Parts: sequence; C-alpha cells; structure tokens
Amino acid sequence: MSDLPPAHSRESGNPAPLQPVRASPHERRDRSLRIALPIVVLALGLLIWEAVVRIEDVPPYVLPAPGLILQTLVTDWALLGRSLLVTLVMTLEGFLLAAVGGVGLAVLFNQSRLVEYSLYPYAVILQVTPVVAVAPLLLIYLPQQAAVLACAWIVAFFPVLANSTLGLNSVDRNLADLFSLYGASRGQVLWRLKLPSALPYILGGLRIAGGLSLIGAVVAEIAAGAAGAGSGLAYRIAESGYRLNIPRMFAALLLLSVAGIVIFYLLSLINYFALRRWHESALAAER
Amino acid sequence: MSLSTTTNSAAPLVALRGVGKTFASGTVALAGLNLHIRPGEFVSLLGPSGCGKSTALRIMAGLSEATEGVVEWPSAADGTRGKGRLSFVFQEPTLMPWASVFANVKLPLDLRRTLSMNVAERVGAALDHVGLAGFRQAYPRELSGGMRMRASIARALVTEPQLLLMDEPFAALDEITRFKLNDDLLRMWQTLRTTVVFVTHSVFESVYLSSRIVVMAARPGRVFTELAVDAPYPRDDNFRTSPEYAAHCRRTSEALAGAMAAGGEP
Repeated sequence: MSDLPPAHSRESGNPAPLQPVRASPHERRDRSLRIALPIVVLALGLLIWEAVVRIEDVPPYVLPAPGLILQTLVTDWALLGRSLLVTLVMTLEGFLLAAVGGVGLAVLFNQSRLVEYSLYPYAVILQVTPVVAVAPLLLIYLPQQAAVLACAWIVAFFPVLANSTLGLNSVDRNLADLFSLYGASRGQVLWRLKLPSALPYILGGLRIAGGLSLIGAVVAEIAAGAAGAGSGLAYRIAESGYRLNIPRMFAALLLLSVAGIVIFYLLSLINYFALRRWHESALAAER
Repeated sequence: MSLSTTTNSAAPLVALRGVGKTFASGTVALAGLNLHIRPGEFVSLLGPSGCGKSTALRIMAGLSEATEGVVEWPSAADGTRGKGRLSFVFQEPTLMPWASVFANVKLPLDLRRTLSMNVAERVGAALDHVGLAGFRQAYPRELSGGMRMRASIARALVTEPQLLLMDEPFAALDEITRFKLNDDLLRMWQTLRTTVVFVTHSVFESVYLSSRIVVMAARPGRVFTELAVDAPYPRDDNFRTSPEYAAHCRRTSEALAGAMAAGGEP
C-alpha cells in the first residue's frame, strides 16, 4: 500500500484538482466579455436616451434625461438615502424572518407528517393569494411597519419553505442507511445529514427570497403610500408620482433596482462560498 | 498466515436460518435461505441479478427485515446483532460530498459518540490502511472513483468491525483499479483479521478473493450451491494467472450456469 500516492495515475478518473483551477486565456476573455458587453449596452442606451431628450427637447415631467436623474439622486440624496435605508431594513427583516420561518417550517414538516398535513395547504394559500390584494387589509389590522414586514415575509417565505422541503427529502438513500446502521439519533440525522444535503436547495430558495422580500416590502409601501403614510423608497415613488416629480421617481426606481441587484449578488456570493468545495452547481466546469 | 482462521470451527458469527423476504409488491426476493458465516471467513455471494444477494446482505446488516426465518448472532453476548461489530460498504462510495475525507471516515465514530482521545489516530490508521493518508483534507469530489471507494472502505474499517459487508463495491470501477483494490482488500482482511461477506456478480473476483463462494439462484432467491476455494493466502498475480485459479473459475462458472438454469431466465 506504500505505493499509493501515485494512485492518481494508476486509478482511473479525473486527477484531483486540489489547487484552485487556473482560468485559461480563453476563459478569461469570455469572462471579461460577460462583464464588458452589458456595460457597453448600458452606456449606449444612456447616450441615446440623453440624446433623444436633448434633441427633441422633451420636458423632464415627461421623460427626464439620465443626467438629470443622476443630478436629482445627488441633490435629493438626504431624502432618498433615508428612504432607501427604511426600505432596506424592512427588506432585510422580512428576508430574515422568511429564512428562519421557511427553513424552520420545512424542518418541522420533515420531522412530523401530521404538522405537514395540517399546515402545508395554508402555506400554499398564503403563496397564491396576490400580496397586492392582501396588503391593504394588513395595513388596516397592523401598524404600518408591521404590515410592511408581514408582506415581505409572506412573499419571501414560500420559496424558502418549498425548496428546503425538497432538499430535506433529497437525502442519498445509502447515506441514510449508513446513518441508521451506526445508530444515529434523529438530531444527528437532521444536523449531519438532512440539513447539509438540503443546503444547496435552501440557498437556492434564499436567493429567490432575497428579491421577493424587496418586492413584498415595496408592494406594502405602495399600499401604505396610497393611504398617505410611509417613508420608504416605494412611498417616495408614489409621492413623487402625485407631485409629477418624475426625475425623483426615476432616481428612487434606480435605487430600488440597485438594491435588488446587490441583494441578488450578495446571496449568490454566499451561495458560492458555502458550496464551492463540493456542490456541482458551484464548481468550475473543467473538461 | 491467516489460513487458520478460515478453518475455525467455532460457532458461526452470523447464521441465517430459513430466511425469506417478500416485498410489499409481492415479489419474493428470498425464500428458505440458509447461510452460516464463520469468524475469519471471506465469503462471496455470487449470483445473477435478482437472486437476492444484496437483499441477504441488507438483512444481515439489519437494514431490511426478514419476513420469514431468523438471523442469529451466536457469538454475540445477547444473541442479537452487535451494532458495534458491523460495517457496510455500498456499491457507490456513498460519501458525504460536503465533508472532507477525514470527516467522512470519522463519521461512524461521531455517530456512535465515541469519546476516546485517539479518534484522530483511529481515523488516521484507517486512512493509512487504504492508502489515503495524504488525502485527509481532500473532498470526495476531488478524488478519483477508486480513491472514493478507498475512503468508503476506510470509513467501514474505522470502527474495527467484526463483520464487513460489501455490496458489489468495485462493480463500477475499471479493471485495473479493481485488481488493485482486490489486492489491497485481501491484505487488509489478513492484517485486520475481520470477516468479510462480499456480494459480486463476477466469477473471477469471487474466486480471487474468497475462501468460500456461495452461489445463489433467482426466483426465488436461494442458495444453489457452495464452493470452497482452498488456495492459500496471500494471493497475488501469480495466483491470478495460475492453472489452479483457472480451474476454480471454471468450476464456479459451471455452478453459476447451473444456478441460472435453475433460476429460469426470464
């Protein structure tokens, strides 16, 4: 057995890439294109937009030029920044509640069939009822902040629940046999087998939930804004709409998009770092 | 060397008496199976697919319940399956992809809450046995198929089992890797003086490895005949190319052909 380390060459299969794989020149060019091309498209679009507005002399309350929107973003930053923070805090709280609630409920369902049968239909009902229609009702019964939070949660928790449930049920049968062979307790099976197996699914659910919790918060804020209360970004959009302050609407919208993109990439990054050593989805394709 | 163990006439380690298994679907996987595994033996269960050899192994492991007959553990103090004394190697390596080789091999000790100071030492020794000492921090994904199977065997050995049950562990590997693992498995078996029950559908593999071959027939799964392979251990490439080996293979092939005829090919 002492002759083993050359086992690499003796035994078939891929040699072990124990070091991070160096990108080939071709891959590097591909990657820079993937970053450069969207930026070029964006710049072109903005240029044309700016040009059309200037040449046609479009008034700002119809369509503000990109330059004006940026300028508004700077001049109104005190107001918009505060609103952004309000919306982000709501989104984050809704997301965290959705993550804890979704994974927690999935674990509970997994441990007890009776609980699953009793509650699952209601989880589905929460999911299929449009949140836009529910938000005004919530605003009647709950204080405004709580209502926004509830909306963010309702929209975001279901993908976490559904994905976690799928993940917890996708355990390798042989591994499950192995655990029972060695007399693993329920807790050990959950912590050492089911949750790690479900991790890629849970993270996938969280990635969806991140964007959805922003949507939930915005929807509730719009509904609240219609009632004339609120301080989040969506409320600013509604308010600016009433005042025909279109540049500020665009500026707020821009902030919302950026927030959504940042949330998505942060969650993708977490996903990558959690899975990069072992899961197919996060491994560099090398063939 | 370890020849003495194969002629051990002590009480069987495990005995299956009249074991039958009928699945809920009505399929009769096993009927009236009698099988005695003596301490120190290397027994192969050989047969066509559908002869219930894997089912028999799972029943021994307690992963499946017999619907008829009994499984006895005469040498165990309480006559029941000593949970601590048994390990199972599946057809796939069945490693946890999210854990390092070291953590994978350590798993049985963790699950049994082995609170000994030398857990790391035991894991290290098991990895040494299979020749993976340099790969403890690697992830299964980073290993070749043969090395994953080695890790799987290390995990089975870490509890120092009395009985090692192997369900076609090398079936998915190429022949070169398979020969190498066959050699290493024999060496480990002799060093550790454990008992092995090895399910295979390869005549050549069963002859090379076993001290006894149990040929099974299908529909319903049962023992067709038993053959002793009395060639001495250690066995190596010389044995693999010897006329004696060829003769054993011929005999075993004939028995297998008989079993297949008896099982009524579908």
